[in-house]
Amino acid sequence: MTPTYAKRPLQLNDLGQLRHFLSLDGLSKELLTEILDTADSFLEVGNRSVKKVPLLRGKTVCNVFFENSTRTRTTFELAAKRLSADVITLNVSTSSTSKGETLTDTLRNLEAMAADMFVVRHADSGAAHFIAEHVSPDVAVINGGDGRHAHPTQGMLDMLTIRRHKGDFEPLSVAIVGDILHSRVARSNMLALRTLGCRDVRVIGPKTLLPVGLEQYGVRVFTDMAEGLEDVDVVIMLRLQRERMQGGLLPSEGEFYRLYGLTTQRLALARPDAIVMHPGPINRGVEIESAVADGAQSVILNQVTYGIAIRMAVLSMAMSGQTAQRQLLAEEQK
Amino acid sequence: MQTEILGARLIDPASGRDETTDLFLADGRVQAIGQRPDGFAAARSIDARGLVAAPGLVDLSVALREPGYSRKGSIASETRAAAAGGVTSLCCPPQTRPILDTPAVAELVLDLAQASGHARVFPVGALTRGLEGEQLAELVALRDAGCVAFGNGLADFPSNRTLRRALEYAATFDLTVVFHSQDAELAAGGLAHEGAVASFLGLAGIPETAETIALARNLLLVEQSGVRAHFSQLTSARGARMIAEAQARGLRVTADVAMYQLILTDEALHGFSSLYHVQPPLRTAADRDGLREAVRDGVISAIASHHQPHELDAKQAPFGETEPGISSVEVLLPLALTLVEDGLLDLPTLLARLSSGPAAALSLPAGRLAVGGPADLVLFDPSRSTVVGEHWHSKGRNCPFLGHCLPGQVRYTLVDGRIIHEA
Repeated sequence: MTPTYAKRPLQLNDLGQLRHFLSLDGLSKELLTEILDTADSFLEVGNRSVKKVPLLRGKTVCNVFFENSTRTRTTFELAAKRLSADVITLNVSTSSTSKGETLTDTLRNLEAMAADMFVVRHADSGAAHFIAEHVSPDVAVINGGDGRHAHPTQGMLDMLTIRRHKGDFEPLSVAIVGDILHSRVARSNMLALRTLGCRDVRVIGPKTLLPVGLEQYGVRVFTDMAEGLEDVDVVIMLRLQRERMQGGLLPSEGEFYRLYGLTTQRLALARPDAIVMHPGPINRGVEIESAVADGAQSVILNQVTYGIAIRMAVLSMAMSGQTAQRQLLAEEQK
Repeated sequence: MQTEILGARLIDPASGRDETTDLFLADGRVQAIGQRPDGFAAARSIDARGLVAAPGLVDLSVALREPGYSRKGSIASETRAAAAGGVTSLCCPPQTRPILDTPAVAELVLDLAQASGHARVFPVGALTRGLEGEQLAELVALRDAGCVAFGNGLADFPSNRTLRRALEYAATFDLTVVFHSQDAELAAGGLAHEGAVASFLGLAGIPETAETIALARNLLLVEQSGVRAHFSQLTSARGARMIAEAQARGLRVTADVAMYQLILTDEALHGFSSLYHVQPPLRTAADRDGLREAVRDGVISAIASHHQPHELDAKQAPFGETEPGISSVEVLLPLALTLVEDGLLDLPTLLARLSSGPAAALSLPAGRLAVGGPADLVLFDPSRSTVVGEHWHSKGRNCPFLGHCLPGQVRYTLVDGRIIHEA
């Protein structure tokens, strides 16, 4: 017997448009490019004196964060507000679940408040999929980060950053450095870069922080920082969590910095016009030297600005995909 | 009551018998095969032309969930499910609440099985109190209360010294120990086989070495203590090879595998369906194929359902927060028949892995169909099929095969000559 694992495109409607945004897995180059193009057009909105467009007027966007976040939560909030949506933000980690309410019950309650869209962050890999499968079909679910699995809006804002500073993806060499094992950002970036046709993606880190099976992403693996950084156009640094020192993954922050910290000296191995990225919050002196983080090649703060545009793009596209699906079903019923 | 079964293909792997014949059952026993005894007046006659008659299946691990977890299952519901799967004898693991580490709990389980059960129940007792791996349970008292073997489940021993002593104590009284070999430290926090799929999905991995390191240690201590040992729920091809090597050097160890482990791989986890969340985890296609070969070659002499029914809520959460396990005793025979359909082994060999093999592993008085023996048998139609879930008796609907069409249909299951399942 051959089992069939029906992998239905949960995040697409019948027309192939976004209706949820859960992961970059299974999304086409055209769709990713459409997200980037849409975000580009929203970037201009941020420069106006009135920073609002009416695309989500009358809609309610619910930010449900089961895990702490400042940057992602506030940029999602801003994105929704600039689209004229009503926004509620809930830090569930501090409320319902500690009272024993299950995840599905929390969501049912929010549904009852007639939310049109959930932006969810959760510590469990697959949480966004679970939620998308269990909310009412009219609600769009946007993944704001699930465990180690995916952080697709971060992935796309990183792609927007690269495209705006470096242009076409194909000829670029991109290095992702640090704790790949625990990083949803790294996973989303590897998927996006491959889909967008980047030919040279490298990951750099010690074996304890590299997951098995990296070859499936079509990346080259380096354990030596100097070798990995040679002639790259883009360096994406990852945040190193303090708790990695426990459990034998690393001896100390100091040793990690010595081996994998991005210093001015090391950055010189990359192309002279290479850009430096980081999803934030940065640990100065742990994975990155202050002079690099604040230096001319750093685009870390641009990433934050682009993050709002990407989130506006994803929110508006998923909402219109939901609406299109509803119309489609209504026509079928006639 | 006397029952006759006419024109069945009788396959009894224990005796090597495979012929079309008639069976005559009386007083809960097989009175005769082939020749109708003088004066035999059947109260019930089953026309079994086209059906296979085999010994009732022996399942080495069916969680009955009673006492303690009645939301998930009861002895009545889960033994009824077992009957539907062709199972007439089953072992239940000690993870009840309270843990099956005292004669009182063993007696309770056996009393309930007597009163409401639809299959013979053989409890596996806890090797240590509370499964904590520190203090031995009263193994002899548990044996006298009806426990057929002793295990510690997936709960590892914090100390090799305690494990060694437990094995020596068990060996003193010729008790059988059931191992679920998984190193707790290497598996800590793990949700899936450590491989490409787990990496892609961002699920914490359980490396193959979690099994093989524990297995190596257990095999060495078994050899040293001389205890009778059964290795349950193997998941890796490497693990199966280690068992083969141990058997080749003369160690008397047996092994079983979960039926689902012979079908599913970690690829099933794409999409994060909690139905595929099991412990120990689903591994790669190469592991599955290695396990299949070990079943074919007899290194693994038993296929068990490792049935773990759950209430809906236990599976209704993000993957990592769900409880592991699959409810599948109900379709044990149809699932197993896919192995014949795939050409892995022939029907008599498969039935050996489901009856005489598991019975021999734990020395159970079951698993054969012979004159004078108990009339525990299954009659199934290999030419029909089963749509999984069309009928469902288990309290747990956590079965990833629901809706699948599987080969074969269990038509009758008899225990002590009584029909306990009919379709």
